[in-house]
Amino acid sequence: MELIKVEHLTKQFGDLTAVDDISFSIREGEIFGFLGPNGAGKTTTLSILSTLLSPTEGSATVNGYDVTTQKADVRRSIGVVFQDPTLDEELTAWENMDIHRRLYGMKKSQDKINELLRLVELENRKKQLVKNFSGGMKRRLEIARGLLHEPRILFLDEPTLGLDPQTRNHLWDYIRNMNRERKVTIILTTHYMDEAEKLSDRVAIIDMGKIIALDTPGALKEQLGGSVIRIESNETTKVREKLADVDWLKRLSLHNGFVDLTLQNAEKRIAEVIKMLNEVTIDSVSLKIPTLEDVFLNYTGKTIREQEASAKDRMRQQRKAARR
Amino acid sequence: MSGLSAIYTIWYRNVLKYVRMRSRIIGSLGMPFFFMVIVGFGLNSAISVPGMEVNYVEFIAPGIISMSILFSSMFSGVQLVIDKQIGFLKETLVAPVSRLHLMIGQTIGGATTAVIQGLLVFIISIAIGVNLPSFSGILISLVFMFLIGLSFTSVGIAFASRMEDTHGFQLIVNFVIFPVFFLSGALFPLERIPDWLSFLTYLDPLTYGVEGMRYGMLGASQINPLICFAALGGFLVVVLLLGSFLFNKIKI
Repeated sequence: MELIKVEHLTKQFGDLTAVDDISFSIREGEIFGFLGPNGAGKTTTLSILSTLLSPTEGSATVNGYDVTTQKADVRRSIGVVFQDPTLDEELTAWENMDIHRRLYGMKKSQDKINELLRLVELENRKKQLVKNFSGGMKRRLEIARGLLHEPRILFLDEPTLGLDPQTRNHLWDYIRNMNRERKVTIILTTHYMDEAEKLSDRVAIIDMGKIIALDTPGALKEQLGGSVIRIESNETTKVREKLADVDWLKRLSLHNGFVDLTLQNAEKRIAEVIKMLNEVTIDSVSLKIPTLEDVFLNYTGKTIREQEASAKDRMRQQRKAARR
Repeated sequence: MSGLSAIYTIWYRNVLKYVRMRSRIIGSLGMPFFFMVIVGFGLNSAISVPGMEVNYVEFIAPGIISMSILFSSMFSGVQLVIDKQIGFLKETLVAPVSRLHLMIGQTIGGATTAVIQGLLVFIISIAIGVNLPSFSGILISLVFMFLIGLSFTSVGIAFASRMEDTHGFQLIVNFVIFPVFFLSGALFPLERIPDWLSFLTYLDPLTYGVEGMRYGMLGASQINPLICFAALGGFLVVVLLLGSFLFNKIKI
């Protein structure tokens, strides 16, 4: 069953198109990842799906409800953990949960609050003020709070941003547990490749407001046509000339200071490749099993970090436009 | 029904936070206390109030109570600015409740804490010798305390809806609060003052709050209490609409 259906969604802030005609659907029970650099339009998409922003064009339904005309029903169906914290730090963990319960018009549910706090290992801290919590604890509390009203869908916007590696791993376990044991459909955004790859059943790669690829992490990587041999050299054009007529090369792409060769069974071909390049100065040769980073690179021609630098300008523009 | 529970939730949070901040409660009693004791007793023998059979301390007590409600209700709007900064506002905006209910809850919450503050000053005034009013007098005072509290909390929320930082908010509120207080006739009688001053005084919505309080506490006022009620009630409706309108326009 499709829990979320998005058709030709577009959002403009002034002259800037933050989300550009995207369509996708999300099935019940899956973990769906939005992967892309900062400023790609992930948060904007999430804000539209959680009814905080209205789309400029296109439509979206969440749990069968329209996000522009049935806001209250949509909001009851979803839990949201925003990128920036949204806790009242002057209140205790338990009070934050209790206020959430009241806002969602739920009956007194002490057991439920305790159960969720236990799930995120905060039960023995429930009487402490949130301002004394670490970043990871706050994020866990927000996840527990987002699940309190038993939403069918949980939105997580950059759930592990700014957390240390250990806490991130820990949080991933929680997210997987929520998904498996509580049957919550999870939509997360991230600009971390490993996060998208490890957590998501399906990944939508988004860049400049457009979805450029959408599939399981495995299928996305397979599309690349195998592994990559990366040759670092200052004479990249020479490398291309030498390898121009090789028929088992799926793809050869030139970058600044290195050349990527895409091919099947790359590990067995390395020796052969090096032999063919005997007149070229090679700084190093490395073999790369493809990751989502390579998928991103393949589709956009840039690494996610390069793209982030230019996205900063877009975000500045976007903030200016939103303020108007 | 869910609207009421949303209003109650926001109200509850405001009161909970207020009760927790004891230092703030005590601290904000300082100014009204000194006003009443030092200005009140200091000028007690020098000033006789024309047309009213009360001494100066009794005359300004309702004005000082109104002042403390004015201050705390306007400044309660800072909570909204803080909620924007800490992100808590998003948590409420994404909940299945309407913005109007959130705004009403915030207004009643701010007004409640301001009225509690006013009641504490009321107790101080009784303690330093102002006569305890009759039961109906206390009720009338309470009505006007709530009217002042609700009105100026709405004004505070209207400002806060447009502001992003707490310092800016405090500057603006200070800029507004002092003329509103000094022009309200809290400290001086409305008769025998220059025409231009009289004109400004009658424009100040707080004047009607102070005069209504005077009627409740002292049994006599310079403006008819029904006119006070109508004027302040009308002002409340206007600022409530303004506050809701601006709150509705908050972008996140």
